[in-house]
Amino acid sequence: MKPLASDRAFLILLAAVLAVVLLLVISIATPFGLSAYLANVIGQLAAFAVLALSLDLIWGYLGILSLGHGLFFGIGGYVVAMHLLKHSHEVTGKVPDFMQFMGWAEFPFYWTGFGFFPYALLVTAVVTLLISGVFGYVSFRSRVGGVYFAITTQALVYVAMLLMFRNDTGFGGNNGMTGFTVVFGWPIGGSRVVIAMAAVSVLMLGLTLLGCRMLLAGRFGVLMIAARDDEVRLRTLGYETLRLKLVVWCLSALIAALAGMLYVPQVGIINPRLLAPELSLEIAVWVAIGGRGHLVGAVIGAVLVNAVKFWLSVAAPELWPFILSGLIVLVVLVFPNGLVDLAKLKLVRPTGLKHMASGTPELR
Amino acid sequence: MGGVALLIDNVTVEFGSFRAIDALSLAVDFGEVRAVIGPNGAGKTTLLDVICGIARPKQGCVMFDDATDITRASESAIARAGVRRKFQKPSIFEGLSVRQHIAVGAQGGLRRSLSQEELRNRVEEVLETVGLGDLAQRSASELAHGQKQWLEIGMVLASNPKVLMLDEPVAGLTDEETERTAALVRSLKRSDRAIIVVEHDMDFVERIADRVTVLHEGKTLFEGSMAAARADDRVVDVYLGR
Repeated sequence: MKPLASDRAFLILLAAVLAVVLLLVISIATPFGLSAYLANVIGQLAAFAVLALSLDLIWGYLGILSLGHGLFFGIGGYVVAMHLLKHSHEVTGKVPDFMQFMGWAEFPFYWTGFGFFPYALLVTAVVTLLISGVFGYVSFRSRVGGVYFAITTQALVYVAMLLMFRNDTGFGGNNGMTGFTVVFGWPIGGSRVVIAMAAVSVLMLGLTLLGCRMLLAGRFGVLMIAARDDEVRLRTLGYETLRLKLVVWCLSALIAALAGMLYVPQVGIINPRLLAPELSLEIAVWVAIGGRGHLVGAVIGAVLVNAVKFWLSVAAPELWPFILSGLIVLVVLVFPNGLVDLAKLKLVRPTGLKHMASGTPELR
Repeated sequence: MGGVALLIDNVTVEFGSFRAIDALSLAVDFGEVRAVIGPNGAGKTTLLDVICGIARPKQGCVMFDDATDITRASESAIARAGVRRKFQKPSIFEGLSVRQHIAVGAQGGLRRSLSQEELRNRVEEVLETVGLGDLAQRSASELAHGQKQWLEIGMVLASNPKVLMLDEPVAGLTDEETERTAALVRSLKRSDRAIIVVEHDMDFVERIADRVTVLHEGKTLFEGSMAAARADDRVVDVYLGR
């Protein structure tokens, strides 16, 4: 990885992210700037971009494809939803819809403490680390990799979806959880609050970008790429690749959970469809389109694909599956490194992408 | 430092019903360059796989440095003990630079063994030894085949291994590159290191090896000098040809 000062693509993206944060802050403080609707879209895109980064870390830099990252996204989402409902209840006394539906007058005991945000944060981290840690340890120890690992992760997220679809599981079942009214003491629907949540999301995107880059630029990043390119070689040089993979896998899961925590308050609902295999597959598509093994690529891929999806969902929703499939075919057959290949072709030459292409490792 | 670097004792490896190594015993001393030769399928690469922990023997054991049993140790633990191997097909990391390769080899484990300065010095030294100093900043994917071979030798050499195994170090090299590799291997010979070379190029073997072991169908057919091997009828029959 080249030094930060000469990594123009990264610096441009980081500057753009910070500019958007600034724009959002201006929109909160003054009557000028973005509408709440647009800010909300931007905030959701930022959450997806964080999610894409989490997958790029494990797939692009360590060569482990997960088709189940929606699981960790979902964990973050469900826990933050629990926090919002409990918090809303504490402030307004409103009993969540799903509890009325379940015939519960009071929150079950395990909801205790969820009104306190740091506790919710801790629960997210613990649950995510527990699931990713056990699953990762068992898989990597048995040297399950490649498509087998990808399929297993897909199965895992599917199981989670089926579990959450059951009403008896206790998290709103099919209908999920919605009706959040208060966030940190503020009314969640207020336009300033909406814009503020978007600003936090974009800020977290910037921090995640920076954090991932710092990790990758050091010795750890070198070892990740080595493990990706030839794991047996690295192992026979004295490195416990199991530990390396497990650490990155858990970190990636935590980032995905963070993305879920950013996403759910902004869309105002969580239901098991977030755990559908389709979403988990789509994350891989964003990263593939943007160019795996490139942090900038992952962000651009996630933002671009989702922006098109947002626009089409209004303009021509029935076209989306065809466009998405078309993009996948294009990436698989023509541009294995996504937009990075496109930049190499010199069909388009935005300054950032051109520089990005020169440093792309060939992925297998 | 004398003594036995590696003792392979009555090792058998089976893949299904195929016996790749058949009750093989072999001792390699510190300070020698040992060539292991033999026809395809004789078990040469499998032998190296057993030593570095990639293949598990059905029976027998592998002792390192007289006292350490490495038969059931993990690949990374065996490598950290000081047994390192260059693979038959150049195995390098396409996404890393030449310098990064040597550094990864030199640290030789997740826990750092060298300080920043020691690491820098060691990397320079190894780059010099394998003759890749001018290419230190290049990406490994840009190297020619011969340079990749040297890079991998440098990478396994960087940790100062006590047992250095080279699987076909001159396969696919030009005569000039083979010459250079022979000189390199000779220069790596030390009294506290054993070097094991698997190779089909007999002229190369003659230049570098102190002793040769000829394997045939998973067993030792002959052990001695290369000149004696050339004169041995059984070796000529199964491998060298008349």
